[in-house]
Amino acid sequence: MTAMDIFKRTMFYFAVVVIVVVAVFPFYYAVITSFKTGTALFRVDYLITKLDWTNYAAVLGGRNFIRSIFNSVFIATTTVAFALLLAVTASYALARVRFRGRGLLLMVILAVSMFPQIAVLAGLFELVRFLGIYNTPYAMILSYTIFTLPFTVWVLTTFMRDLPIEIEEAAIVDGATPWVIITKVFMPLLWPALVTTGLLAFIGAWNEFLFALTFTASETQRTVPVAIGLLSGASQQEIPWGPIMAASVIVTVPLIVLVLIFQRKIVAGLTAGGVKG
Amino acid sequence: MTTSLTPPRRERSLQDQRARAAFWFLAPMLVMLFCVAAWPLFRSIYFSFTDTTLSNLYGGKWIGFDNYLSRRELSSGRVLWRGTLVDPAWWNAFWNTVRFSVVSVTIETILGMLVALVLNAEFKGRGFVRAAILVPWAIPTIVSAKMWGWMLNDQFGIINDILLNLHIIDQKVAWAANINTAMFAVLIVDVWKTTPFMALLCLAGLQMIPRDIYEAAKIDGVHPVRVFFKITLPLVRPALMVAVIFRILDALRIFDLIYVLTPNSDATKTMSIIARQNLIEFDKFAYGSAQSTLLFLIIAIFVMLYIWIGRVDLSGESGK
Repeated sequence: MTAMDIFKRTMFYFAVVVIVVVAVFPFYYAVITSFKTGTALFRVDYLITKLDWTNYAAVLGGRNFIRSIFNSVFIATTTVAFALLLAVTASYALARVRFRGRGLLLMVILAVSMFPQIAVLAGLFELVRFLGIYNTPYAMILSYTIFTLPFTVWVLTTFMRDLPIEIEEAAIVDGATPWVIITKVFMPLLWPALVTTGLLAFIGAWNEFLFALTFTASETQRTVPVAIGLLSGASQQEIPWGPIMAASVIVTVPLIVLVLIFQRKIVAGLTAGGVKG
Repeated sequence: MTTSLTPPRRERSLQDQRARAAFWFLAPMLVMLFCVAAWPLFRSIYFSFTDTTLSNLYGGKWIGFDNYLSRRELSSGRVLWRGTLVDPAWWNAFWNTVRFSVVSVTIETILGMLVALVLNAEFKGRGFVRAAILVPWAIPTIVSAKMWGWMLNDQFGIINDILLNLHIIDQKVAWAANINTAMFAVLIVDVWKTTPFMALLCLAGLQMIPRDIYEAAKIDGVHPVRVFFKITLPLVRPALMVAVIFRILDALRIFDLIYVLTPNSDATKTMSIIARQNLIEFDKFAYGSAQSTLLFLIIAIFVMLYIWIGRVDLSGESGK
């Protein structure tokens, strides 16, 4: 019995160790690689042997990569702010006001968020060209709305549904209009939800690739994923693995730090979508 | 106006006021969604019935279903079929996408469930493990594609090194470049990246199951495996169904991982990849539109069947 228990316990912790190693090792290996240059790159190491910042200097020294980071920050922040602005009022209406067709509308919004982006690519391309924003950050800000807006509306709606009805009733009795209810009563309660939703939408916008690849032409307009995806060496055969890994580490570390800080909230936000039992 | 009539009227006007406010609250979002989703979708579908080119977006003529399927009889009597539906590249992409989606989502669901079961147990360092599995989820897809591209590198990759040392393989494998292993490489990276998402959704489902059910089962001496299949699985099923459909939809439209990890490999080209190639790179704008429209249709039909057959409640309205 006890021998069996010890065996089970060992197996359990073995599983835990495997999960952690598999999850973290690839990124750890990218960090190791990012500190290597020359022939050291072609040797497999499991530990950082020497802190060689050459790759980081090369990546950050090239003017375009810094530019790409600024592009990405600007695009993601603007997209998220815009989506949240529209989503707060919309999700109040969807969560708190009964009207005909509400269920259908919710389904439509969910459907849009799960759209295959390629299906709108041709039409969006035309729209972007028509508006004259091709190869500018505004092309991305506009097109990212297609996934950030439905997502934020959806998550905020589920959050607002759970706010106690009594607060709102009290406000109505006091003669508050729906606008006052949102701005004065709900907003203070919604801050945590806004932070979570905003962060998730930000990550989505930060990582987007298809639209950013299609709607940019010059290197200075690229976002970070496109810059990394298209980072190439002097020739086709010669892939600059060192600088690629350094760039990857630079753009990933802030994300990982954010995710770890907001860990609990993110899990709540991710699961708020559909898992309601 | 009699006093007895006042309350209902006031109530109605309040209701009206709220409904009016709701309309104005929804209007900006709806206008925006119309501009970025409905209108572009409509235009894409329209383009698929024309011969529009990338360089001349407004010069296309209506050509009906020719981009999908057209039949032409030559003077010799031979019948020529053209269009996406008889294009072997399209069907190759179709089957690649289906294969990728089925295999990746199946593995991710099983692994996600296993990880969730581990995380649902109480042990020291649980918070740490949960933080660790969030790492793959937080890494941008392009970055994970590059990271794994490096690890799976044929000459200097660590995966080949490990497998050689363990004598599992006897010569270096070009995982991403070889046509036989390219899909396998894509699957590995996708599973690594998205299992955490599945695990977190499964975990949320697991945590809603009351603990006393398990205690009752334990007292009755039910075998743990039986408990899983008879109690746990039926109870997390609704949550699992939702998680699975989210994943399938994501898998069916996969683009970025394959574009970066295995570019130009016929073994991994998916519908999104070839649709974009035709749209932007090959200057077959209308043809690519037809392919993207088909992908949209396939996904739409699939979702409807899934919701209908699985009786999934996505809106979360019925629980309230």
